[in-house]
Amino acid sequence: MLENFIPPYNATVMEKFISRNAVLVGKTNMDEFAMGSSTENSAFFPTNNPWDTERVPGGSSGGSAAGIAADEAICALGSDTGGSIRQPASFCNVVGLKPTYGRVSRFGLIAFASSLDQIGPITKDVTDCALVMNAIAGHDPMDSTAVDRPVPDYTSALSNRELKGLRIGVPREYFAEGMQTGVTSAIEAAIKKLEELGAEVGRDVSLPHTKYALAAYYIIAPSEASANLSRYDGVKYGFRYPGAANAIESTEKTRQFGFGPEVKRRIMLGTYALSAGYYDAYYLKAQKIRTLIKQDFDNALQKYDALVTPTSPTTAFKMGEKTDDPLQMYLSDICTLPANIAGIPAISVPAGFADNLPVGMQLMGKAFSEETLLRIAYAYEQATDWHKRKPAL
Amino acid sequence: MDYETIIGLEVHAQLLTGSKMFCSCNANYTEAEPNSHVCPVCLGMPGVLPVINQKAVEYAMLSALALNCTVSEYTKFDRKNYNYPDLMKGYQISQYDFPIGKHGWLTIDINGNRKQVNITRVHLEEDVAKLHHEHHYSRVDVNRAGLPLMEIVSEPEISSPEEARDYLMKLHSILRYLGVSTCNMEDGSFRCDANISIRPIGCKELMAKVEVKNMNSFKAVYQALEYESRRQRKAVKEGEPIFQETRGWLDEKGETVSQRSKECADDYRYFPEPDLPPLIIDKTWIAKIKEKLPELPEARKNRFVAQYGLLLHDASVLTGSLKMADYFEECVKLAGKERAKAATTWILGDLSRLLNASGTGIGDTKVRPEHIADIIKLTGKNTISGPAAKTIIEETFHTGKSVDDIINDKDLRQVNDISEIQDLIKQAINDNPKAISDYRAGKEQALMFITGQVVKATSGRANPVAVKEILIEELGGK
Ligand SMILES: [Zn+2]
Repeated sequence: MLENFIPPYNATVMEKFISRNAVLVGKTNMDEFAMGSSTENSAFFPTNNPWDTERVPGGSSGGSAAGIAADEAICALGSDTGGSIRQPASFCNVVGLKPTYGRVSRFGLIAFASSLDQIGPITKDVTDCALVMNAIAGHDPMDSTAVDRPVPDYTSALSNRELKGLRIGVPREYFAEGMQTGVTSAIEAAIKKLEELGAEVGRDVSLPHTKYALAAYYIIAPSEASANLSRYDGVKYGFRYPGAANAIESTEKTRQFGFGPEVKRRIMLGTYALSAGYYDAYYLKAQKIRTLIKQDFDNALQKYDALVTPTSPTTAFKMGEKTDDPLQMYLSDICTLPANIAGIPAISVPAGFADNLPVGMQLMGKAFSEETLLRIAYAYEQATDWHKRKPAL
Repeated sequence: MDYETIIGLEVHAQLLTGSKMFCSCNANYTEAEPNSHVCPVCLGMPGVLPVINQKAVEYAMLSALALNCTVSEYTKFDRKNYNYPDLMKGYQISQYDFPIGKHGWLTIDINGNRKQVNITRVHLEEDVAKLHHEHHYSRVDVNRAGLPLMEIVSEPEISSPEEARDYLMKLHSILRYLGVSTCNMEDGSFRCDANISIRPIGCKELMAKVEVKNMNSFKAVYQALEYESRRQRKAVKEGEPIFQETRGWLDEKGETVSQRSKECADDYRYFPEPDLPPLIIDKTWIAKIKEKLPELPEARKNRFVAQYGLLLHDASVLTGSLKMADYFEECVKLAGKERAKAATTWILGDLSRLLNASGTGIGDTKVRPEHIADIIKLTGKNTISGPAAKTIIEETFHTGKSVDDIINDKDLRQVNDISEIQDLIKQAINDNPKAISDYRAGKEQALMFITGQVVKATSGRANPVAVKEILIEELGGK
């Protein structure tokens, strides 16, 4: 749809990068309109996982994660609506942070689900992650949802290699059935490491509404997407179906041929969920669940400074393995999407391997507690060497 | 069976802000080249975000307050989804369940009967682009897209085309007083759509509701609703069904035609605009805007009656237009409060006649309040006669010359010294023996006739009162 579209403006994050003399190496591959968990929905071609080219790099920001894992650049940006930074970071053994909703300007980010989208860094280690955050975080008059709040120096959170005084919770819902055993054992080992570093780990944490997160997410995100993607009608820019007889046919055919199947599936889902007669049962109910999930996190994070979970229930899966089963594909984001629903920050850091494939540990915290997450991630990283392992390319 | 008419009006007024509703583009596009007042935001490009125009919010608050609405402390924007080539994003940012203002009212006057029409809501939204249809294709001009639009929705409580017209005129007048919109119906900065239905008197249920569009003047609104209420009554009488539909008014044909059936209600799939946090309007802000409320037409009308002793009707006409009311008060300021009635007579009489005949607005005429004040003062002092004053105002209207200059140029100074015209009076008595005998026989009008003859002989300069007095004296009293 936008293959030949060159915007006449830069995203705020790009302007911030440019003002800091960053060198743009290239644009990375991703699932079309960020809809996917494997980069197999790319409008161009799939991206392979550097750790095993038979496998997916995760998604939607799979190109960014694979590129960093393959040493093609120092850092990359991704957008995270339900896990699109963290899940590929986990699959590719790199660091990925989804900031608090409103911490980074979304201006110039092609919108998927406006109330969930956040831009964040994908880097080789936690230090680089903090440096990128220093560059991109902050208020933007062009984005009314970007919060006007001072930006700390995130690298100052990295001076402490101990975790004394920090309380970390282990929410039981994230260690349920369906998790790959290698993933669970890697994360259990990581939790032990956090304890060794001085953190007080608690296992009495429950986020009881987690089981509804996936359903709520797949109502809210497609609903917003159905409106966000309405502008691609071939009238102003991008692809236009040639030879339509009239305006209506032009719009219809442009969208029929311009969008891939997953994008069309979500537009239809969203349009349906917002329709008269269904709105209350779907969209409104999903918003109520959203409030409950937020409350779950508020409660848990009153007692704990951070929550630790696997980033993904599995390691990188084989290409084509889930393309025929959208639900299986959606389940791949089960651990990551609650943070988007609650608007809280979450980071994925390399935490070991299962069957020679990377496992990511996710840390979630209160809104605007990126510094705490970076501190824990950094201490863990310095005490392990997972992030130093490179794929054999 | 008798039927009653039920009308609800939806008015869209473009707000007179410097920039557009959600971007910083210049909102004044009237003289601009097509697509010159555009940016990525109002073009609906990927990834751009809206930012609320504070001025537009304040104008909507001001309007809501003027219309006796409650200003909501919690308001938000919503997306109204539909696809059309004039809609850049495929959705319009509007307000659904939390409008800026709600539960207001305004008072209309029909033949001296006052009626309160309730206003459901006042909300903000963005305008769409303009399509120019060519033979085989259409062109899109995006200059208008994203302009702030204020929608004012009345309750379906208007019961005749006359009431609808008066409601619109009152609303128009209020928005002009507030200075929030140019309110030009011709160029679309003040647009009106109407919902109209009929039902047997006493019946609670509404029959099929017809939406009427394309009415570009107060007269068109009146005529279209008049036509539509007749059409619906005739249909019912003849056993024809009335369809729920949208009909367009054709000015030249004087009728409405079906445009679109509305059997299935439009589904705009409203949902909260995630790109804009809810807008919280605190009490201090509301109070600050309230302070900016100017005197409104209704209050000004009542003041004119109390302060200047004007007739209610005259005060109502004068205050119907902000410019005319200001003009009147300027005249009174110059001529003195005791001459307010005379000023009214001149403004609503000769001046209005001249303005209407030439299609000139009161803000554009060469007759300035100083002219009117001079004329009133000079007629009051008998320096000029009434007919001379009429000549002067006409001359000023065309040339803009000062009253003094015209009096001098045309030698219009009234002759009050009767000795100057004694000869003319004598001649008139000689020339009109029949009138004299009529007068002596008791016919008062005969005296008026002779007086007129004398005044005429002086080209209107002789003071008729003085002439009449001397005539009576000459004719040996009554
Ligand atoms: Zn603009």
